[in-house]
Amino acid sequence: MVGREEVLRAAKTALAACRADQAEVVMMLQDSYLTRFAENHIHQNVGERNVTVNVRAVVGKKIGVALTNDLSDEALRRTSERASEIARLQREDPRFVSLPGPEPVPSLPAEITAVHEYSPEERAERVARVIAAAKKAGVRAAGSLSTGGLGLAVVNSLGVEAYSSATTVGFTTVVMSDTSSGYADWAGRDLQALDVDAQTRVAVRKCVDSRAPKSIEPGEYEVILEAPAVADMLSTLGFLGLSALAVQEGRSFMNGHFGEKVVGETIDLWDDGLDPTGIPIPFDFEGVPKRRVELITGGVAKGVVWDSYTANLEAGKRSTGHALPAPNVYGPLPMNLFLGAGTASAEDLVASTKRGILVTRFHYTNPIHPTKTIFTGMTRDGTFLVENGRVTAALKNLRFTEAITRALGNVDLIGRERRLQAGFFGGSVVPALKVKSFNFTGVTEF
Amino acid sequence: MPDLHETVLEAIRRRGAEYGDVRFTERKDETVRVKNGSVEAVTAMESAGFGVRVLCDGAWGFCASSEVSAEEVVRVAEEAVAIARASARERHEAVQLAPVKPTVDTYRTPVRQDPFEVKLEDRIALLLEAERRMHAGGPIRVGEAEVSVRQERKRFYSTEGSAIDQVITQAGGGMSATAIGNGEMQRRGYPNAHRGHFASRGWEFIEDMDLIGQAERVGREAVELLSAKQCPSGRSDIILDGRQLALQIHESCGHPVELDRALGTEASLAGTSFLTPDKLGKFQYGSAAVNIVADATIEGGLGTFGYDDEGVPAQRTMVIDHGRFVNYLTSRETAPALGRAANGTMRADGWSRQPLIRMTNINLLPGDWDVDELIRDTKDGLYLEINRSWSIDDKRLNFQFGTEVGWEIKDGALGAMVKNPTYTGITPEFWNSCDAVTDRRSWNLWGTPNCGKGEPGQVARVGHGAAPARFRNVRVGVGRW
Repeated sequence: MVGREEVLRAAKTALAACRADQAEVVMMLQDSYLTRFAENHIHQNVGERNVTVNVRAVVGKKIGVALTNDLSDEALRRTSERASEIARLQREDPRFVSLPGPEPVPSLPAEITAVHEYSPEERAERVARVIAAAKKAGVRAAGSLSTGGLGLAVVNSLGVEAYSSATTVGFTTVVMSDTSSGYADWAGRDLQALDVDAQTRVAVRKCVDSRAPKSIEPGEYEVILEAPAVADMLSTLGFLGLSALAVQEGRSFMNGHFGEKVVGETIDLWDDGLDPTGIPIPFDFEGVPKRRVELITGGVAKGVVWDSYTANLEAGKRSTGHALPAPNVYGPLPMNLFLGAGTASAEDLVASTKRGILVTRFHYTNPIHPTKTIFTGMTRDGTFLVENGRVTAALKNLRFTEAITRALGNVDLIGRERRLQAGFFGGSVVPALKVKSFNFTGVTEF
Repeated sequence: MPDLHETVLEAIRRRGAEYGDVRFTERKDETVRVKNGSVEAVTAMESAGFGVRVLCDGAWGFCASSEVSAEEVVRVAEEAVAIARASARERHEAVQLAPVKPTVDTYRTPVRQDPFEVKLEDRIALLLEAERRMHAGGPIRVGEAEVSVRQERKRFYSTEGSAIDQVITQAGGGMSATAIGNGEMQRRGYPNAHRGHFASRGWEFIEDMDLIGQAERVGREAVELLSAKQCPSGRSDIILDGRQLALQIHESCGHPVELDRALGTEASLAGTSFLTPDKLGKFQYGSAAVNIVADATIEGGLGTFGYDDEGVPAQRTMVIDHGRFVNYLTSRETAPALGRAANGTMRADGWSRQPLIRMTNINLLPGDWDVDELIRDTKDGLYLEINRSWSIDDKRLNFQFGTEVGWEIKDGALGAMVKNPTYTGITPEFWNSCDAVTDRRSWNLWGTPNCGKGEPGQVARVGHGAAPARFRNVRVGVGRW
């Protein structure tokens, strides 16, 4: 991957060439590799090296954005000129105030920012172990193992200068029999920390245990949502209603309810881009340092995340370091969600369930109604019936249609162990949840 | 961009690969978005690079880079070979490619007006006026409008001797009005939801949309939805408009006929397919009214091109013939599993991704019903229009869609507007309940610019031709409202 000094030199070259009242250059670097397997063999295996340069030019209150992935001085200058040319052709955005000014950016420990390189053989060796374990169990493994270096640099004409790098490692596997499937995933920064054998054991066990599933009538059930399902649900909630833009546009479930109880009192939800147990990143795509934001505390709506644009519109607000790259139509988003842990073990969640459904993960979730936080999706890769405190049968997958705030208002128990679930430029750290009532609205054929 | 294809192909051969290809791709995008009377974003984006795909010891390797230099193309070719050799360690049977005739050719999207030649000021003015007029329809909280244009030049070279130079030009956009009140939030879009409507055409496509002429109605309907009655729950006959049907085709036909999914190679992310190879030629996917074709040759389609990204010519392939499942979308690698030729559906998202089987234009062929006649023929039902939400299981059986709006049909006439409509079903049951497809007069080729697939993620642009069609006894009004 291109190094820090070369990146900052290129960013400053682009910045210097931008004839505008204010200018910002964001550079994203990636040197990424992914080995993909299915049906017990490697079928795709790819690598990519890319640098994206994103120039935002501000002329008065007019903004233009141009992007390139050509690092030559000529291309950098051309892109900067294009951004300022677009800004001059633009109309004014009366709501825009300013790009952010410089603030001290916290530094992350070296073990987090180090960029490790891994060879195709190192990935293949681990995938071979997954495949061997699947074959031994008489099932078929699919999945991917990715390794890569990521870099992010932000400079602007007001003095912001920030750079950070990291290694990312991601592993997922779906293990299948003719009638069932099981799942496991892992995210981190060090390939050596990935216990691929343990992850495979989880997926194989789920696959074997969910063979010959039976159908169950849709309806309201107690539900145990394992961490991947909880992370999916919370990232949907974050997209729908935990950003300042959603609140300013009146489309957040929190509108009119700040300081009020919106979910169960055992729910504590926050965003923390600096917590090393997640996937930390010290600053956002405007170079603003990440700040911890309490979103829901004791079930009460406390706050949302801000970028400089939304914060500048309201007195007393400042960016919390949650900007996306310009031009950003989504507004700021929480990308490092944490849900407070409870005290229940995985066994407790099952043991306390009279008649319910254990969900390994969701598939293809999609919001139906933003302000009501209703979303739908399917269960996948291990759905089980729990009766009188124990798993009694595998179930065919179910469709749910449920309001997220209602589900979080019905949480009965919270798991004591939390897992990191990878997401877009971050990840969620969440426990499993047991929800007293969850609305399943359909069933499929497998 | 320098022409280094000989250097790449030579490096591939020198390293002992059985097969290799390289795509040099230059993509430029320009997007203008307005929101509530202001220009939210004007963006110009350029991305260029190359991707090298090699087959070595019977297994694939792919590597890509944005740096196009003589040294880098050799490094990337060598890396691709090293990756392929690592793949070979855990390969299945050696990959055998279906034959394709080496081709030297060019292709260019026919356009009347180059969309990049239209002044940015004019694009901004069009959108601001359309967005302004949506507010004339009533108290809109958020009005948005967008136009986006793309041009991609792809030069493909293979060790088999193909050299194909293509320039694909596309344009698209739309607008939406969001109204909020009484605890409700409702949105109307035009010409379609989810960024609008896209095609492989020039600026004439944007002008034909008549955004300004439709804006006030769009705003008015968003506000009307706030006080519309809730969509009833139960079972109902439904007529889906072409836009909702386009997404229904996409999710419940387009994806399950991708042969890579059916063979299991997308299992870990998007899933597999209920249309397993044993069903090919035998399975009654839908009623006799259902005829679906994969057509990469139709003029203007968002999934229209000259050659796919492994050099196979664009084709028109019947997929569902009078309800019977008769073909998959295939690649050079997968087609031999069926004993068939590749039908030209391998596409990559830019230079940095390996081609995958992707939908082209998956079109429901028109039937013979007049749309007004179809409504008159429906005693009690719902007319549902434009997608709002979508979800389907990982074998593409159990689906649930929400639409922006619905209208009751009572005794053969459209009646009251209903809000938050949803419907759900099982794919083959649903398509077998289709008893009427309307004719060519109401048929349109819709463009979907956001089809996700693969790891690392890829976004494809695909088309879906559809005309309103009727489905009997469908479950509607799902969930608690």
